[in-house]
Formats: sequence, C-alpha cells, structure tokens
Amino acid sequence: MKTNYITLLLVALLSISTVVAQQTPAKAQSKTIAITNATAHLGNGQVIEKSLIVFENGKLTNVADMSMAKMDLGGMEVINAEGKHVYPGFIVPNSTLGLVEIGAVRATDDDSEIGSWNPHIRSLIAYNAESKIVESMRPNGVLLGQITPRGGRVSGTSSIVQFDAWNWEDAAIKVDDGIHMNWPNSFSRGRWWLGEDPGWKVNKNYDGQVSEIKDFFYNTKAYMKGNKATKHLPYEATHGLFDGTKTLYVHVDDEKGIIDAVNVCITHGVQRMVIVGGYEAHKVSDLLKKNNVSVLLQRVHSRPSNTDDDYDMPFKLAKLLVDKGVTVGLESSGQMERMNSRNLPFYAGTTVAYGLSKEQALQLITGNTAKILGIDDQYGTLEIGKSATLFISEGDALDMRTNNLSHAFIDGRQLSLETHQTELWKRYSEKLKTQD
Amino acid sequence: MNRIKYAIALCFCSFALFAQDYFPKNDGVKSKNTNYHAFTNAKIYVSANQIIDKGTLLIKDGKVVATGTSVSIPQNSTIVDLDGKSIYPSFIDPYSTFGVKKPERVRGGNGPQYGPSRTGFYWNDHVMPENNAIDKFKFDSKSAKALMKAGFGVVNTHIEDGIIRGTGTLVALNSEDDNATRILDPNSGQYLSFSKSATSRQSYPGSIMGSIALLRQMHYDADWYAKGYSETRDRSLEALNRNKSLVQIFDAGSRVNGLRADKIGDLFGIQYVILGGGDEYERIDDVKGTNATYIIPINFPNAYDVENAYLSRSLSLSDMREWNQAPANPKHLADNGVAFAFTTHELKSPKSFMANVIKAIDYGLSKEKALEALTSVPAKLLGKSSEIGSLKNGAYANFLIASGDIFEKGTTLYENWVQGKKTILEDMSVLDIRGDYKFNLAGDDYNMTLSGSLSKLKSEITSADKKRGSKVSYADDWVNIAMTSKDSTKQEFIRLVANVKNTNGFNGRAIFPDGNELTFYAAKQPKDDNSEKSDKKDKERKVKETVAITYPNMAYGFAEKPRQETLLFKNATVWTNEDQGILENADVLIKNGKIAKVGTNLSDSGARVIDATGKHLTAGIIDEHSHIAAASINEGGQNSSAEVSIEDVVDDEDIGIYRNLAGGVTSIQILHGSANPIGGRSAIIKLKWGESADDLIFDNSPKFIKFALGENVKQSNWSSYSRFPQSRMGVEQLYMDYFTRAKAYDDAKKSGKPYRIDVEMEVLAEILNKERFISCHSYVQSEINMLMKVAEKFDFNINTFTHILEGYKVADKMAEHGVGGSTFSDWWAYKYEVNDAIPYNAAIMHDAGVVVAINSDDSEMSRRLNQEAAKSVKYGGVSEEDAWKFVTLNPAKLLHIDDRVGSIKVGKDADLVLWNAHPMSIYAKAEKTIIEGVTYFDLDRDQRIRRQITKEKSELINQMMTAKNKGLKTQPIKKKEKDEMHCDYLDHANHAQH
Repeated sequence: MKTNYITLLLVALLSISTVVAQQTPAKAQSKTIAITNATAHLGNGQVIEKSLIVFENGKLTNVADMSMAKMDLGGMEVINAEGKHVYPGFIVPNSTLGLVEIGAVRATDDDSEIGSWNPHIRSLIAYNAESKIVESMRPNGVLLGQITPRGGRVSGTSSIVQFDAWNWEDAAIKVDDGIHMNWPNSFSRGRWWLGEDPGWKVNKNYDGQVSEIKDFFYNTKAYMKGNKATKHLPYEATHGLFDGTKTLYVHVDDEKGIIDAVNVCITHGVQRMVIVGGYEAHKVSDLLKKNNVSVLLQRVHSRPSNTDDDYDMPFKLAKLLVDKGVTVGLESSGQMERMNSRNLPFYAGTTVAYGLSKEQALQLITGNTAKILGIDDQYGTLEIGKSATLFISEGDALDMRTNNLSHAFIDGRQLSLETHQTELWKRYSEKLKTQD
Repeated sequence: MNRIKYAIALCFCSFALFAQDYFPKNDGVKSKNTNYHAFTNAKIYVSANQIIDKGTLLIKDGKVVATGTSVSIPQNSTIVDLDGKSIYPSFIDPYSTFGVKKPERVRGGNGPQYGPSRTGFYWNDHVMPENNAIDKFKFDSKSAKALMKAGFGVVNTHIEDGIIRGTGTLVALNSEDDNATRILDPNSGQYLSFSKSATSRQSYPGSIMGSIALLRQMHYDADWYAKGYSETRDRSLEALNRNKSLVQIFDAGSRVNGLRADKIGDLFGIQYVILGGGDEYERIDDVKGTNATYIIPINFPNAYDVENAYLSRSLSLSDMREWNQAPANPKHLADNGVAFAFTTHELKSPKSFMANVIKAIDYGLSKEKALEALTSVPAKLLGKSSEIGSLKNGAYANFLIASGDIFEKGTTLYENWVQGKKTILEDMSVLDIRGDYKFNLAGDDYNMTLSGSLSKLKSEITSADKKRGSKVSYADDWVNIAMTSKDSTKQEFIRLVANVKNTNGFNGRAIFPDGNELTFYAAKQPKDDNSEKSDKKDKERKVKETVAITYPNMAYGFAEKPRQETLLFKNATVWTNEDQGILENADVLIKNGKIAKVGTNLSDSGARVIDATGKHLTAGIIDEHSHIAAASINEGGQNSSAEVSIEDVVDDEDIGIYRNLAGGVTSIQILHGSANPIGGRSAIIKLKWGESADDLIFDNSPKFIKFALGENVKQSNWSSYSRFPQSRMGVEQLYMDYFTRAKAYDDAKKSGKPYRIDVEMEVLAEILNKERFISCHSYVQSEINMLMKVAEKFDFNINTFTHILEGYKVADKMAEHGVGGSTFSDWWAYKYEVNDAIPYNAAIMHDAGVVVAINSDDSEMSRRLNQEAAKSVKYGGVSEEDAWKFVTLNPAKLLHIDDRVGSIKVGKDADLVLWNAHPMSIYAKAEKTIIEGVTYFDLDRDQRIRRQITKEKSELINQMMTAKNKGLKTQPIKKKEKDEMHCDYLDHANHAQH
C-alpha cells in the first residue's frame, strides 16, 4: 500500500508536469548502443534470428548474426532483447499528420488551400511537430511520415519528417520531396443541391480535365525555357518533376485513370512518378512495372469500392501487386486518417492473412516505402551505414496483441514512448486503484 | 366553400360549351341529340373475359345500351360497320397527375424550420388531407390527347405532393364536354406517400422512418379527435376523418416501401392500394402477403450503354439484372395472384406505354391479365366497376376501336370514344396500303415495301438489288412517291403519283427527271402467310427468359435460401466464453439451430462432420453499435424522435450484411443516429443474408432506444442554431422535461381515464417502467455523469453508454450505477469532445467492473471486430479470453440476449464462427459463419460465387450490346454506391462525423 502511494505521488507529480505539454524530444545519441539477441526484421525481406545491432552517433555500425559477430560490447549500452523483435521505424506516406489536430474544429485544420493548381503550397511549414496525434504514432512503431497537403487538382508539395522534433525544421528529413496531383475521376457526382440525382454518373468533363493537366505541364516547361523575368510560383515549384528532383504522386484509383496518368506523365517527361491509392492498379501491373512506377496502396482496412467486389479486395490488393513485381508501400489516407495511422502495422499484418509473407508485409511499411519516397539511402531498412531509426517490440509488431514497444530510436536518439494518452491511462488507473 | 367555387366554375364553363337541361340558353335554340350509335360486326371485348365475335355495340347519351350478337338496332341509329376490327373498353390510369400542377418547391430560409407554417391544421405541414385535387384541376386537352392515343379513357388524378395529399378526382378524358360531364367523382380516394411536401420547409420528418411514425401518430390523433376530445379545431384531422371511407392509394414507389406502407395500414385496419416500384418480383411472397391491390409502373429500364469496358465495370449486378428481369414483373404478379393495375406513372410520355405492356406480354404476362390491369382492376380498386372498365350495359361508352389485337405490334388504334364522344386517332376509312409491291418502269423491275403507320408511311424501294432513296406521302387516297434515279451520282428523282381505289394495288403515273411520263401498275404481293404465321406463333409461344432471381437479388445472393443443418465440428479449439474457458481438441455438435453438445469424441449419425483441426470455433461476433442494413438512420427533424423505429426500415439488401458475415459477425444492434438527444428505437437483428427484413429481427427482441449527448445533439459542428438544446446544460433539462411529461402521461394512462395515444410518450414510459433500455451515445465525463443522475431521479438505470470515450474517467460511477460501456477500441481526435479519448478506455472500465463491449459504428470496422477486440490486449493488457468477450458475450449481455447468444453453451443458438487461426490474431480469417445452424457465409462458396458473378455479368453485358445493336435505346452507366451510414448520417445530407 505504501509503495502504491509513493508511485501514485510520483505519477501525480509527473502528470502535473507533463499532461499539458507534449513529450520532450530526445537528445542526440551520446553513447554507442548495442541491441543483442533480438529477432531482427531488416525491412528488406531478411530476418536475423539472433541478431546484434550496434549504432553510434545515430548510424548503424553493425547488423549481424550474434553468433557470427565477435564483437566487444564493452563501453556500450547493451540492451538484451532476447525473445524480442527489432524493426526499422515504420513510415506512413501521404499523411496529414501535424496539419490537422481536430478535424471538426476548423481553426485546427491546415491541410488544404483554395484553388486547383497549388504545387507551390508546401506542407512542411504548417507541420505541427508538437501534435498530440503525431506523438501517439510512436508507441506503435510509426516513426516517420510524408506530410501531404490535400485538395485541388494539384494539392501541393509534401515533405518527409521524423516524429520526434521540437519544430518542423528539426523534423524535416527530406524537404519538398514531391508534388501531389489528384487525377480526374471517370465518374462524378450529381449536384444534388441543383436537384440532380446525387449518384455517380460518368464524368463528361474527364477529357477536358486531363487536357488541363497536359497544358499545365506544357506551360511549366515553356516557362522554364524562358527568362523567368516575372516569377510564376506554381511553375517554379513544378519544375523539379522534369529534372528528377521531385516525385509526382498521382492520386488515382481506377484502371483507366492509372493508364492515362502513366501515359501523360511519360509523354511529358515526368522523371519519377508514383501512384497513390491504386485500387485497380493490379489490373495494369505490367504497365506499372515496365515504367518503373511504384504504388502507395490505399488503406488496407477499407471497404471494397463496388458492391460486387470481392469482400477481401482491399485486404489482398497488396498481394496481387507484389506478385506481379510492382514496388508497393501502404498509405493510410481516408476517414479518420491521422489517428488511424498508428494502425499502419496492422494494415500490413492484414495483408499476411490474405497472401503475403510477414517479411513481405513488413517491406510495405519500411523498405519499400523508403525507396518510393526516395529516403532509402538513410531509412527503411536495418543496414550498416543507415540511420538508427528502429524499435524493439516484445513480440510480432504486425499483430496488435504483441505490438508492444520497449524502446524506440530515431537517428539513434531514444525517444519517449509516453503520450497524452498513456498519461491519462496511468493517471486514471491510479485514481481507480486508490479507491479500492 | 369549395363546393360553391366548383359550382361557379362550372357555370362559366358551361355557357361556352353545352348547356345543362336547367341552364338558360341565349345563343340559339335548345337542341338535344337523342340518336343511337351502333357499331356492328366487331370483335367486342366487353371485358377481359367476355368477348363477342361479330357483335354489335349500341350506345346512347354517352353510355352503353347493349352489346351482343343479336342487338336490335333502333331506327334512329348511326351505324358503323367494323368488320374485322375490334372494340375494347378504354384504359384507366388510377395514379395520375393529369390537369393538376405539382406545387413549386418553397425556397429560402436560414437554417432548418422546426415548427409548422400553418395554423388551424395538423401540426405537421406535410399532412394535408384537406387538399382536394378538384380545386386545382384544370382540364389539359394536350395531355388528354396523348393519353387517349395510348388508349386511356379515364384517369384518377391527384395533387402529387406531401405525405397526406388529400382527395383525388376521377376524370374522363372527354375534351368535348365540360367538367359537369367528365368529372366522374370529385372525391375519388385519398392519396398518401412517405415524401414531404414541396410547399413547406418543416424539417420533420427527415427520414422514411419519421414518415412512418408520423403516419401512425396522425391516425391515433385522428381517432382521438373524432371522439371529440380536442379543444381546438384541426381542419386536417377533420378532413382525414371525412376521407376515411374512401379508397386509400399509397405512393410507395418500391417493393420495400410498399411493405412498409402495408404494415401501417394493418395497424389501423386500412388496406392501402399500393403504387409499387416495378421490383415486386424480387420478393414476390412478401408482396403477395400484403393482400393489397397494386398499381404498377411499367417504365422498364433501358439497357446500359456498355461499350466502354472501363466504365461498364462499375455497373452493379443488381442494376444489370433489373434491366433483364423487370419486364417480367407483371408476369410474376399475375402468376402469384396479386391484383394489379398498370399506370403511366414514371413514364416520360404515354407514347411508350403500349410498347411496354406488349413487352410485359413478351415476358409471359397473359393478354387477359394485361387487359384486366388496364380496365377492370383499376375500375374495381376505385369502386367504379359498374361505370368504367367494361362495356357492360349502363357503363360509360368509353371504348377503343382497333384494327385487331391491341396487344400485337402493328395494330392500329383508330378511334378512342369517351363518354360517347369520338376522337379519331387514325382514319379508319383510309385504305390500308401497307405491304410489298412489284412494278415495272421502262423495262426495270422494282420492289417496294410500304410500312409504318398509315398517317406516316415509310417506303423502301429496290431495283436490281440496289436500294433507291425514296419518300412517300399518302392522304385522301392519293399516294405520292419520290425516288432517286438509277444514276446515283446525280440528284435526280422519279416521281410516282397514284390514286388508290383498293388494297390489291394501284395504277399511276411516273414522271422521269427529263419530263417523260409513263404509267405503271404496282401490284401488291401476297403475304407469305405460312412462314410468317408460323414464325409469329413460335414467337408467341416463346416467352422471353430472364436470369434467375436470388435472395437478395444482387451479387452474393442465394439462388435458394440456405437450410439449417446438423453439424459436428471435430477437434477444434473452442472458445466457450463459459467457465470451461478455451477447450483444445474439442467437438461441438449443433442440431435444430441450437448448440446440442460440447465435448470430446462426439458423434452423430445425421451430422455433417467438419474437420476443425488447427482451427478455432467461437461464438459469433455481436456488434452493439451498427448502422448497416437500414434504409435510414437519423430522424433529426425534432430534438426527440422516440416515436421512430429502425425496425421499420431494416434493409435486407445491404452488402454490408454479407461483408460482416465474412468478418464473423452474426448479430448486430442497428442503432438510431445521434442527431438528437432522444433518438429512435433500435432493431436487433441477426445477419441472415437472404431472408426478408422482418425475419432478420430477433424474436421477442429486447426493446432498446438510442439517446445521444454532446456535440452532435447540440449541433455544434454544422450551422444550425435554432433547435434546443445548444449546450450540455440544455441537454439535461430536455431529459428532465421529457421524462416528467412521460411520467404524467403514464400516470394518466394508468388512471383509466381517456388519453391521447402519444407514441413518443409511450416509448419514454416504457423506459420509466424498465421495459425499454437506453443505449446512449456519449463522450465526455460530465454528460455521462449527468445522464446517470437524471435516470436515478426517475428511478431507472441507463443500460449502456455507447462510444463512452471518457468512460475511464467515471468508470467507478458507472460500475456503481450498473451501466455497461460499449466503446471504440482506439478512435479519437476527430472532434473536440474526443480529445481525451484513449485506447485504454476498455481496459480501465473492465478493471472497474463495468461490462465492456467494443463496437464499430462503421461498416468497415465491423468486419474486423476480432482485431478491435485484440487491441484491448495491447492497450491495457486485458486477457485474451476477456478481450474476446468484448465482442461476443459482453455485447450479448448489454443487449439482454445473452440467454440466446454470445457463448458456446448447450441450448444456446448455434451462432458460430470457424476461424482458420487464433480469432484475435491479425492473421485470422473467418471460414464459416453460421447462424442457427444455417451457414450464411462459407469461404468456399464465396470463391465459387465470385466466378458466377463474373460469368453472369459478362452474359448480361453481351445481351446489352445486342440490344444496342438492335437499335434499342440505352442509358448511360451509373455507379452504385450505398451511403455508408454512421451516427450522424442524415438522409440527403452530408455530415459525416461520429
């Protein structure tokens, strides 16, 4: 009883000091850390059953089989993770984390701008590094994200951040990585407010809308050849698509839209393109593979798009694409996307029940995503020389019963796994216990 | 007042037309025609089943005097010889808006309007029994002509607006006489619907279940008013009581709404005549069970334009089937003994009416039934059998003269007589020159075919196997034809002109481009009778086939409803949810829909054995909070809607049912939404895919109602500032008010004194009497605490807090009150009131002794509730066995159905799921989902049926391509999407929060 009381007091003190503010970002790695004996899932399809993972100054210096690596661990902080699992930090692409805090409170919404052609609109500067929702990603292993604006034909420019920072500048790991375009839909809704049937009808303006995209590309290229005496911010922002410094993320789901998007982009010399959503991408996997187009696949936990579709269509899409050799990552946009992003590992887990192997599923939220986002030189896999962005889980991190983190590191910095939510949990658990 | 207006209107009209006997006459002498008209040698359809060959029809003064083969024709008769022609009674459309303009939609206003716009009438603007179509009626000669061309003689018209639309008017399409003659009944039936009036913005009812509730309450109120208890005057209820004896015609517009309307009628001893939707064939037994007479639209859908392979992929099987199957609807109705009349309603113009009747006949409807549907059935349903719908003596002389069988293509309607007044549609004295001809001009042989209608002939001329351009006109026995000359490079014409004297051929003159003239004789070629007749007969015999109907009639439906089986699961890991816990290598026997035995080494000779080695058998998942399988969710038109019930609007065709089965869900509570503090009553159903809506609902279902607190009920997140309450403070007082009134109501009721039945108060009194349980949508601790205190003041308990995201802050108080918590596993941050929602909520409440369930409120999450339960293991360390109960036994307890479902215990319903792995593992998949011994989902069947769907869709696409190539009309592709409903789903609105 006495110990309880002391714990309570400690917790209470802790609560008072932290319940309002967010978790304090961790300090830079000062001591070399070795994780021993864990099952290491490298994120590239490989597993090391009894592994040794060493990192120093934020970089991995050793990833090896424990029995093979004869290494002196003296002077290091050694974490014996026997029976536990180590994973690269999970990456959530196409996310509005940090742009919106509470969807229903307009004052907290910063995810979309007015207008249709907004390549110059940059998500990064609105990214709230202290968001309570961002913080809640970490205990589930989601440590990195691509922060992406919404709306319009061209929504804007995304950037990639890590989830333990004081501000957006510190958070950024790749600034202005790509431009996001919403491909025209083959169907459009009737305008019910004008008395039309609100159902989906064939979009008669589709061809015109595609032409507008082509015109936008033409104009950008023409502008870049000129003297640019009068600056045109949207064209300036788009330029990177044609020299390969920026990726074009085309948000499109239907087969015809995907084919059109790929053809238009290739014709116009877009260097790097990625399909986002891709509900019917599996039907054109040959085209995608041939043109080296990857897919950030729509949320696994979603309903089939059409009444007649297989009930498990969203669950098995990843398998259908992976089998055809397309590079696939999982994204999580849609209803309640921000808070739901912490379920990213379970989206991957579900693809296992519908055909993939566990290591393939893991790649969808680690190695593959890093490759697609162009951050694979540093992130996404556990390989020597890369960033020590990883975590230790008590069990299989793709299954909610065993996804239970004891340690997490971003660039070697050990971050707090507490959140607004864990603090409330502890506070009220204690309240109820003391009443017993 | 109305009657006076009517009389005045009549007077003015009359002077201009024919004066009545007692009207003064100032424009000439009084003259009256007392002649008879006799039509002889005709095939007369006195009615569908009384046919006279070579008979005489004798009429006088607009009525039938006699029909028969030996009618004596008076001297003062005009006689028309109709040898070879047929006479039919003209058609009746019992659902028409002829001559009555639809009121215009009222516009303007900021925010919703909750109160009525009128005084002295019923409290709801959409109830307008005091309206009479006759007051707005204006004879429309143009529409009358169009209807007469389609064969109609009489229509029953009405004001197509509102829930109660008032009385209709039965009118003969007699353009010659005035309203004094052609209005057959100025109060012919009362019209009803579920749709609100365009003339009022009053919010209530905002859903179909609101309309249903309003209709019920209105009947109770009318009864109470009739007994004289009201101290104020209500002209609506007075009119409603006046109209009681009339035929009641309900615009349901679909099979399901027809069934819903019929149930309301049953409650008050009213048999509605139902305007159907043309989809009655999909569950014909249910339709038959109404015993109603139906009015059936025949706007059979056109084929979809499926040329674009990408777009056509979005077409749903059910839409494609509708195109294929709907023309057989009349046949199915007739075969099942459902009385029905046809209507032109839903057709763009009456022009296509007859073609569609013929289409129905091509699909198996007998001609006799077709004629009945056009004549005697509508006459009977309107209570006018002796006056219209037949050519019996004394009936109105409303008849058609046709060249032959009106249900055959190519038959000409010559004349349409209404009340003894003739309208010529095609001149029957014109010689019928249609047919094939041969003639020779300047040494060249020509073949010519004349076809089409006599007033608009079409010509086709060939010579030496080459087609010539040609144009024909035919009037007053003169034919003029212009055709192109042999030299197709020139714009030259040969003109033919001939005077027709008989139908064997015609002599004429040909004028060549160079001015030369020649005579010619075009000889009619005998019809190749044999081949054509046998062709025709073959066609007649061959009824067009349709693809099979399934239950429900859509993708994944059952061809035959699946049967209950005796099943023995061998060697499974059995999650009993009972004291035995989890049994390894155990057997479970299910028999007669119940769990018969649980143990090891079981056997049963009659059982189908399922090897469950390595698999897990659990009780079916129960979702305490679902919004699938319902046609509407919110009735937000008022701050309390206890009178509405989701049981009225269960939708058995929601694909969500099938998908939930595939996720191991067997029972759900369909809750009303959270649009108002006092919501509507729940439906607790089993997901018996394929069964009719009413059969999904639990037998002796426990009674539940949805309450809601917080942002949604105070309308915080959208622009609505006029409805009380707008704050949490107001929410408490609203409950205090309603329960205080309910208490008073209940006391009055129990006192034995007369009282006005108020469904809303009845429902709230059930709560006070502990007969009905509350499941309350709730988020923050203050309001949770408040509602418990309100309940305690009225001496009852809240049964369940649903969502209950801050339940962890008051878990001790909840346990003390005895309320359960049904929560989301990990949702938060979507609105301000869920800022403190934590995924540890379930664990904390569970530890505090609250009965905890995990619910979905979402048709996506609901099919993975096993995963959501597993999150309680992660967040808060609940044991796996307890976590599993969060989605099975505990929701059963909260719903008071744990005596029947929720665990694997001998005697309970055999609602089971066989999983391929640990049921809470992310890697688990349901292989079989069984309800009461019937396998409603089976992974193997699912694989099979996917292939069938692909095959059937390809076949139907081929059929549609064929239809398009034949030149039939098509419609553009549309994409079906069922609205995904959540707590705050409003019909026709797009608020989507939780």
